[in-house]
Amino acid sequence: MTPRQKRMVTVVAIVAGVGIATAFALKAFNQNLLYYYSPTQVHAGEAPDSRSIRVGGLVENGSLKRQPGSMEVTFVLTDYQQTVPVSYTGVLPDLFREGQGVIARGKMDGNRFVAEEVLAKHDENYMPPEVADSLKPHMDAANSAAGAPAAAATPAPGST
Amino acid sequence: MDLQKFFEMGGYAVYVWTSYGLTALVLLWNWWAARRSEAEAQTAAKRRNELALERSS
Amino acid sequence: MSWTWFHKLASPPHAYRILGTIAPWFGWASLALILLATWWGLVKAPADYQQGDGFRILYVHAPSAWMSMFTYVVMAVAAGVGLIWRIKLAHAAAAACAPIGASFTFLALATGSIWGKPMWGTWWVWDARLTSELLLLFLYLGYMALRASFDDPQRADRASAVLALVGVINVPIIHYSVEWWSTLHQPASVTKFDKPSIDLAMLIPLFIMIVGFQLYFGWAVSRRLRGEILRRERNANWLKEAA
Repeated sequence: MTPRQKRMVTVVAIVAGVGIATAFALKAFNQNLLYYYSPTQVHAGEAPDSRSIRVGGLVENGSLKRQPGSMEVTFVLTDYQQTVPVSYTGVLPDLFREGQGVIARGKMDGNRFVAEEVLAKHDENYMPPEVADSLKPHMDAANSAAGAPAAAATPAPGST
Repeated sequence: MDLQKFFEMGGYAVYVWTSYGLTALVLLWNWWAARRSEAEAQTAAKRRNELALERSS
Repeated sequence: MSWTWFHKLASPPHAYRILGTIAPWFGWASLALILLATWWGLVKAPADYQQGDGFRILYVHAPSAWMSMFTYVVMAVAAGVGLIWRIKLAHAAAAACAPIGASFTFLALATGSIWGKPMWGTWWVWDARLTSELLLLFLYLGYMALRASFDDPQRADRASAVLALVGVINVPIIHYSVEWWSTLHQPASVTKFDKPSIDLAMLIPLFIMIVGFQLYFGWAVSRRLRGEILRRERNANWLKEAA
């Protein structure tokens, strides 16, 4: 082997070695890298109930209720398999609306999730309102047929 | 085009204009820093050449 | 295999001249495209159905984020070439990339934060995408600090090249973080194999801006690399003719 080829092997070895080490490290810490749990994971008991957690899902259509005379809102988070009822007191982000993905941080209190913070997740789709309107009937049909969100933010993919 | 509406950015004026302003600043800084880095090296090279010429004559 | 053509291209006087010729082209073209894309993105493109005019931050955020990763890959490849073929010019190019990449990374983080506040409801979260992008900024800063800590340019080249190569693993992590883990940040709109999830009227200015940023990078690297060449070749004969 010429010195140049040796150096080539060294460089490839550095990149490959670091890559493999990182892959193992990420695999080991996978759970900590999940920013939120899905309602299904919460029901399966995968989320710890002693400390503060984040639950992510879609705000179920028609579930948003504002308590008169206070800042408190209640809504239901769903991943189309399980649901978690949430209550929250405070200001909601601009993107918060029914059918939209949100992430709530807080604790389970019995069956109800009491959120201290609610963040809106948005999807990767950008379009003008006219285009969105023209897509709407089509999308609603697809949703009810497949029972899954066509364009909405996807909930946590199991425990990958 | 309605200028006032344009500057209001549908209520997101602060966020949109801060982002664009910051981008302009960083791009200008980069432009200035790259120019300066090249110009400084050129001045230094010229001076070394002049010194070398003086010494040889 | 003969590598003479490679070494000739990498000869400092040759590179110095070529860079001096192409830099103004890069510069003017990038200026024109960035101005065009700014007007297009702010005025001509329609507002988003969910985010209204707030989505226009996309046109500075996404190109910055793209360039932050692109620049790192260029830097790591240059560092690798420098290590393997012992080409000083490649090390010089890697060194020229670092401050530019750092500035794009800062811009991506800052504009993302400004965008996140109204839309997500927070300036910052420690999700996988944002954290790995922050790590990229530290990689650039660490690279520059490491270079600065050596007096001998050859040792600085080698040590920093190893750091650049080690850090390159972070680039695919940033890109795929939104798919591998549940993050607050949404998945990619453009860099995926199927059709982009962004309306054509909004996509065109984004592409123009990305090309503009790319050319701007070409300009900045050319200028900085010429400076690096002059500093490294201080005693060479060709310099006496060029200066």
